[in-house]
Amino acid sequence: MLEIKNLSKTYEGGVQALKNVSFQVPKGQFLAVIGLSGSGKSTLLRCINRLIDSTSGQILWNGMDICAANEEEIRLIRRRIGMVFQHFNLVHRSSVLTNVLAGRLGYVNPAWSLINRFPKEDIAKAFRQLERVGIADKAQQRADELSGGQQQRVGIARALMQDPEMILADEPVASLDPVLAHSIMQYLEKINQEDGVTVLCSLHFLDLVHRYADRVVALNEGQLVFDGLPNEIDDLKFKEIYGKDAERVG
Amino acid sequence: MKKSKALSRSLRTGILVLLGLIIYAYGFQVTRVNLKEIQSEQRQESLTRVLRALAKPDIIEYKLDEATVEIPYSIPCPVGDVNLSEPDKGKAYLTVTPPCADPETEVQIEGFNFAPNTSGPIFFIPPSEVRLKRGDMTTDSSGHFSTTIRLPDRPDENIQKIITIARTRVGGPQLTRTAIETWEKIVETIFLALLATTFGILFAIPISFFAARNLMRDVTTTVSALALSIIGWPLGIWLGIQVAKQVQKVSGALTSNGWITLVILIVVSLAVYWLARWALPQEEVTKPAFSVRAARAFALLISGLLTILGMYLLANLAVLAGNALRPSLGSFGFLANFFSSLGQILNVIIVAITALAAGGVVSNLAGRVGKTFLDRLSMGTRLPVNILLAAIAGATLLLLLAAVINWFYQINRRDLILYWPAAIGAILGAFLAIRARKIDVLPIGLAIYYITRTILNALRAIEALIMAIVFVVWVGIGPFAGVLALSLHTIAALAKLYSEQVESIMAGPLEAIRATGATRLQTVIYGVIPQIVPPYISFTMYRWDINVRMSTIIGFAGGGGIGFLLIQNINLLNYRAASAQMLAIAIVVALMDYLSSYMREKVV
Repeated sequence: MLEIKNLSKTYEGGVQALKNVSFQVPKGQFLAVIGLSGSGKSTLLRCINRLIDSTSGQILWNGMDICAANEEEIRLIRRRIGMVFQHFNLVHRSSVLTNVLAGRLGYVNPAWSLINRFPKEDIAKAFRQLERVGIADKAQQRADELSGGQQQRVGIARALMQDPEMILADEPVASLDPVLAHSIMQYLEKINQEDGVTVLCSLHFLDLVHRYADRVVALNEGQLVFDGLPNEIDDLKFKEIYGKDAERVG
Repeated sequence: MKKSKALSRSLRTGILVLLGLIIYAYGFQVTRVNLKEIQSEQRQESLTRVLRALAKPDIIEYKLDEATVEIPYSIPCPVGDVNLSEPDKGKAYLTVTPPCADPETEVQIEGFNFAPNTSGPIFFIPPSEVRLKRGDMTTDSSGHFSTTIRLPDRPDENIQKIITIARTRVGGPQLTRTAIETWEKIVETIFLALLATTFGILFAIPISFFAARNLMRDVTTTVSALALSIIGWPLGIWLGIQVAKQVQKVSGALTSNGWITLVILIVVSLAVYWLARWALPQEEVTKPAFSVRAARAFALLISGLLTILGMYLLANLAVLAGNALRPSLGSFGFLANFFSSLGQILNVIIVAITALAAGGVVSNLAGRVGKTFLDRLSMGTRLPVNILLAAIAGATLLLLLAAVINWFYQINRRDLILYWPAAIGAILGAFLAIRARKIDVLPIGLAIYYITRTILNALRAIEALIMAIVFVVWVGIGPFAGVLALSLHTIAALAKLYSEQVESIMAGPLEAIRATGATRLQTVIYGVIPQIVPPYISFTMYRWDINVRMSTIIGFAGGGGIGFLLIQNINLLNYRAASAQMLAIAIVVALMDYLSSYMREKVV
């Protein structure tokens, strides 16, 4: 259970990215976060695993306040929260296998990382995850030799290595074509349904929201403007979320 | 309106032109531009001589066969007959017309029966046997020559001599002494550059991470943790030095026979390995109990001590092995010397390593323990404790600073180097603690970043040549001083270049690694290092290239290498030898340039 209470974030330049946002996510839900570019979706997701420190408010997760955690505690929290990024964020010059193994870094002893050693079980696990996303044969290739869709699958495998309770997906399909987008979304759906992992996924396209999400929250200029089921978004709600001049496509 | 604008513009242009004129006029005055000197005939002659010498580098020579032919001669003509003995016309002989003359007259000298196409000098030899060069001769294909020389102002009653030395080449060309010396020194130069670059990299890589803004920006600490770390550093360093000294004694006792030492070393290494394996489990999902963690900390402490012991044993063993091998290696004795030197270097730097490691561990531990302890205190009691700790840390810091200043300027007054710094430091620390009571976040990362940057910039501003002067005083004239000077300069320059590369890496992968719960160290290893390998290699090659160039002139300041020979020959006006060295430098620099660009292309 993830509970966000009155979360606000003001950047150093004075830009207010989040204004008093509150909502709850039950365990195992597939939640879509929608909104225009710059509406605060990325900031919201990054506040949840403290890649960005919020200005005020609380984020309660399994009874712990993420916003108040110290450095060591935040590490333990982060390793149970997988993250998938719009630009995949793989280390280009490392092999696919190393990129996937990096998902284990929160668990392995830092002293062993100095000499680039991972336990055997982790390596076997990495191969299993790669198999699950269908690119086990690419394990030894350099990450930047893969196509965009394959790179995002590596990103998902990396998140899975963390044994996550929750996955934060920051526009995971925005840089992919529609066919690949569906295949990536299907992996996330599978993880959500088979493993019971909570998924918070920011999305651009409403058809993807309708197809995959259990529930939707919408942000507009940092404010929560909608919280409900995907099919509750009618034309009126749509204009509220995306502005008066927006038109529905697809 | 418009007119006045145009007027002011042309006025401004005029003033600018005038200003430019003044600047250049002053420049001419200061740099003493002098066209008369360029045209002076004497200067042109010396220039021609030097350029001709430079065009003939002293590299190859031929063995010369010298045939000396002499003829007696009188200056001035003696009273009475000139006693002319008839020369042996079967051999080479000289004739001079007239047979005797007054000083400083021109006479014709002819040679017959010489070896064809030879050349050599013509000397006048007074009774003092000093050779006075009067000219040169070259024989034609029939072995004859004819030339005029001017007699010296050496009137004497005794009969004097005129001699010619005909020189013929014997055998093929061979290298001159200069060429051989140049070769030896250019090899020295290349290895000087290699060692300086290697030492430079070893230090520059870790330093570059501290000088990278994007890595250091987020590092923050609290007043109490910072204070405890500052107190911990000197304490840890002192502790480390004591421990290292004790362990060195133990290692000395254990080193008697090479084989026994080797066995002990292997046992120690295995013990370190097993202890570390046990104390550092590869992966843990839950935090173990306190007793387990305490046992692990103890095991790590033991394995740390054993590591120091192992390093000392290794150092001793290297010296022993080097000494034992030297006689049997013959001309490869330098390998044995290398082992011995490595052992000695290791022996010296273990103390430094241990001191630094102990300092780091103690300060880290103090910071952590202090933090856990302080977190349990109530807000009310935390502030006085913070103020006290910060005051102690401030006093420690300023006392250390005062000790350094005292070492330089030898003030040696108790009030100035003890009481005042302690008091001021304590007040500053307390002030900082009070100011930070609300938001207890100190940007220690940025502070380290700025300090590192400042030191690097200061070091980079000092030319390697000037550093060489200091090191020559310390370790004596020779290539080692050059290695040290170039290393220091390389550290400063490379750390700056490296850190700029770290600053320009992609932030995305870093964010992703951080999001997995990785520690800062792990983020650097898995997120930063893979991204910076190609530029690091490229910059290292570039730096080696620069170091080769620098090491060619580091000898000017006594830093060894070819520059030493070059400046010597220039000072002795031995331009042909200097030319050989310049040629060698040009070849090496050009080759290095080519090689480094080729390798950069291959690697990156």
